[in-house]
Amino acid sequence: MAFQKYTPPAIGRSMWLSMWDLMALLLVIGAIVLIAYGVRVTTVPLSTLEAAPLSLDPSNLPVYALRTMLRMLLAIALSLVFTFIYAAAAAKSRRAEMVLVPILDILQSVPILGFLTFTVTFFLNLFPGSVLGAELASVFAIFTSQAWNMTFSMYQSMRNEPKDLEEATQSFHLTGWQRFWRLDVPFAMPGLVWNTMMSMSGGWFFVVASEAITVGDTTVTLPGVGSYVALAIKEQNIMAIFYATMAMLAVILLYDQFLFRPLVAWADKFRFETTSSETVPSSWMLDLFRRARITRLLAAPVAFLSRLVWNLRLPALPTFGSGDAKPATSRLLDRLWLAFIVLAAGYAAYISIIYLKANIAWSDVATAVGNGFITLLRVTVLMILATLVWVPVGVWIGLRPKLAQKVQPLAQFLAAFPANIAFPAFVVLIVHFGLNANIWLSPLMILGTQWYILFNVIAGASAFPSDLKEAANSFHLRGWRWWFKVILPGIFPYYITGAITASGGAWNASIVAEVASWGDTQLTTPGLGSYIANATTAGDFPRVVLGIAVMCIFVTLFNRLFWRPLYAFGERRLRLG
Amino acid sequence: MLDQADRNLLVDIRNVSRSFKKGSGNDVMVLDDVDLNIREGEIVGLLGRSGSGKSTLLRIIAGLIAPSSGEAKCRGSVIQGPPLGISMVFQSFALFPWLTVLQNVELGLEAQDVDRAERRKRALAAIDLIGLDGFENAYPKELSGGMRQRVGFARALVVHPDLLLMDEPFSALDVLTAETLRTDMIDLWIEGRLPIKSVLIVTHNIEEAVLMCDRILIFSSNPGRVAQELKVDLPHPRNRLDPVFRQLVDNIYARMTQRTEPRLPSVEGIPGTGMGMILNPVSTNILAGLMESLAGEPYNGRADLPVLAGTLQMEADELFHLGEALQLLRFAHLNEGDLVLTDAGMRFAHLDTDARKKVFAEHLVTYVPLIGLIRRVLDERPTHTAPAARFRNELEDFMSEDYADETLKTVVSWARYAELFAYDEQAELFSLENPQ
Repeated sequence: MAFQKYTPPAIGRSMWLSMWDLMALLLVIGAIVLIAYGVRVTTVPLSTLEAAPLSLDPSNLPVYALRTMLRMLLAIALSLVFTFIYAAAAAKSRRAEMVLVPILDILQSVPILGFLTFTVTFFLNLFPGSVLGAELASVFAIFTSQAWNMTFSMYQSMRNEPKDLEEATQSFHLTGWQRFWRLDVPFAMPGLVWNTMMSMSGGWFFVVASEAITVGDTTVTLPGVGSYVALAIKEQNIMAIFYATMAMLAVILLYDQFLFRPLVAWADKFRFETTSSETVPSSWMLDLFRRARITRLLAAPVAFLSRLVWNLRLPALPTFGSGDAKPATSRLLDRLWLAFIVLAAGYAAYISIIYLKANIAWSDVATAVGNGFITLLRVTVLMILATLVWVPVGVWIGLRPKLAQKVQPLAQFLAAFPANIAFPAFVVLIVHFGLNANIWLSPLMILGTQWYILFNVIAGASAFPSDLKEAANSFHLRGWRWWFKVILPGIFPYYITGAITASGGAWNASIVAEVASWGDTQLTTPGLGSYIANATTAGDFPRVVLGIAVMCIFVTLFNRLFWRPLYAFGERRLRLG
Repeated sequence: MLDQADRNLLVDIRNVSRSFKKGSGNDVMVLDDVDLNIREGEIVGLLGRSGSGKSTLLRIIAGLIAPSSGEAKCRGSVIQGPPLGISMVFQSFALFPWLTVLQNVELGLEAQDVDRAERRKRALAAIDLIGLDGFENAYPKELSGGMRQRVGFARALVVHPDLLLMDEPFSALDVLTAETLRTDMIDLWIEGRLPIKSVLIVTHNIEEAVLMCDRILIFSSNPGRVAQELKVDLPHPRNRLDPVFRQLVDNIYARMTQRTEPRLPSVEGIPGTGMGMILNPVSTNILAGLMESLAGEPYNGRADLPVLAGTLQMEADELFHLGEALQLLRFAHLNEGDLVLTDAGMRFAHLDTDARKKVFAEHLVTYVPLIGLIRRVLDERPTHTAPAARFRNELEDFMSEDYADETLKTVVSWARYAELFAYDEQAELFSLENPQ
């Protein structure tokens, strides 16, 4: 079982919004507005991007699946590069850290699907008339769904490096560059690999959503599994949906077996424990490679390259905000830096207000916030339901090691499966039985993310110490007393980790879940998700911006006021061992 | 013209002080006006209790931290950043778990741009020297603690430093392993096979210092100062059972317990006494156990510290903490390297649990000013509760946050044992009420 402790990003820092969060929020919204504005002024007539019309013939699916996979791979590579640069900057420079970390925190709460509106148009305008723009937009969407938590993981690792290893690198005169590859990256590796895997799970959802998107009167269709599903929905072809589901399953399975299992098993050697652990993640792929003689040959150039990289002698970078400067100078620089940030945030606020004021009345804000509360209610109810279902199931499975070993990969797998592919099936059912869309569309939000709760609870229950189980048994603890005194506190930290991911995912999914269609039938239910989705379809940028900003604030507050205190409580009081 | 002595001078520390910033107000002084010379061909030991600043001094020489004032020179030039020609062995080994033994050893050479063939040759030579043959491709987690520290030594030696710094290099190892490694090092040193000129070793183990060093600097704590300097003229290899050796060890025990005498908790406002008294979290179980052993045969109320350390398998440092706690509570006193039970201590040892708690409570209230204060405040307040922050702030006027934390922790555990007052960890609240 490859479960490792996964720290939800940005946790363990202050609970309440700090000034920095506010600044970051303003800066992020300002940037979105700028992009939206840029799109507006450079409105180039968009040529319809139908180089080769899509077909529902299943024989095309392997090619589509391959393109989807490649998009994913490109995005993950970009995320990795971004992670290295951003995390290194945030961890090495105090002044950069003050700004970069809160920005990252806010970026995590930005609903990616709402953001798609601008990025698609932006990239299309960047490369007018070419598929490249649309491809980049899709890759960028996936990137935004993956990069943030990877970056947080790396940043946290870099901030928590063991002091003695830091001293050793200094004492042996390693350059900053050598240290980065010898200490920073290896130390961050296990967390980074795990988070990349989680990112990947989340990413499939967005790759599917970003392949076929309508902005105003422009429809962009990129060949891929997602657009295949979109076409199937339009043509009401349920068999095609089934094929797509199969293709997606195959793709995820391939990624899991050929990329992530080997990676997780390999990254185990970077785990910072000087004692060997009892359960070592394994991968048949990695074993195969390790045993194969040809690997030596294949690895030689890689080893040569990495040696070149490690031994690169870069000129020492200028150090920002290091302790060398005189206190007075340092304080002055701090003030200047702070003033600069405040000015930038102020400017961002200014252009945002100007932009929104021109197009939006206060009543619009009230509508958006009202919709926000409806979606909040939905997320809350669904989280409660998912908890009531999956916690007992997860505990039951987790306490049976043999079963857990079989179910755990399945749960992780289901978490990776893009639930939006399965949406049409639900819509068909709702339409067929004439169900109330306001109620029955809601479960779609949590369809894909509930599995995070399940597999975290399974992991928690499996890790529950057997001596405590035996003690509870010998004292005849049974029934509700056993649940509330023994197992629930034991799995609490794990549950919270899963629930944070699930709830964040549900907010994001609301944009595609509150509006669903099947052929000409369209089901809509009021909520912030449908508000953004409808504004996107109408090409109404100001309302999209408003919707995103409101959702951003909702998610951030929800995290700060609810999840973080719970997480901190769990870590402080209930973490075993 | 430089005379011989100056040319041999490796490290020259003059009037070095170091203080660390504290959250509130004054800085905490950890090293106060220290002088130290290290010449070629000697093993110098820094011996002292935890918190005596000896590790800080080592890190100043290693160029890892800068002195707040004073002058630190290596080979005549001021130390700014880690100097070439100095390498370090860490208490925690500080090996990179993702590098093999060979890669770990090569690390220092890699940073110095030594070419690959030469690097390999020198690394293998160091591995060979330190007795790690056959382990070149193992990862640190596959090795035992002793083998890991050998890697640490090989890594430090491979760069052929003039000065080898050792930061409590044996204290994370078990007794047998530590002894083997120590004697191996000393053998290599006297045979002249180590590619180094001098060694500086930080330790709190008195016997280790006497066994290895030519010169020992004994540090006093809070703030760290050099209390005494001592030459050890015994020829290597030294025998622990040699009467002269024992005499030296006894002597150092006596010197290190000497200064604890005037530490009476009566004068308010002076750091280290009164409210500013730093308490070490010592378990009441161990205190009671120690008093019982002291009261019984063969000690009959008086024990020689080195002997006690031997029979109880304790580090001198640990034993000092216990002795000081007992002395503070007037259950015993430290005298010339002996721990002597007082009458109260004798009585305590023969009481049953409840009576012991009562005696302990009386002594706590009388002799630990902080506990007396908390109890008074709780008695006076109508709610009989008081937030811990109130006392923490007061403590932080005298000591660093870490020490304030430790002291409060100690107070809580002692008071809980004595049933003096209760403490709610979540609310950080002292109270008089007992849980139902």
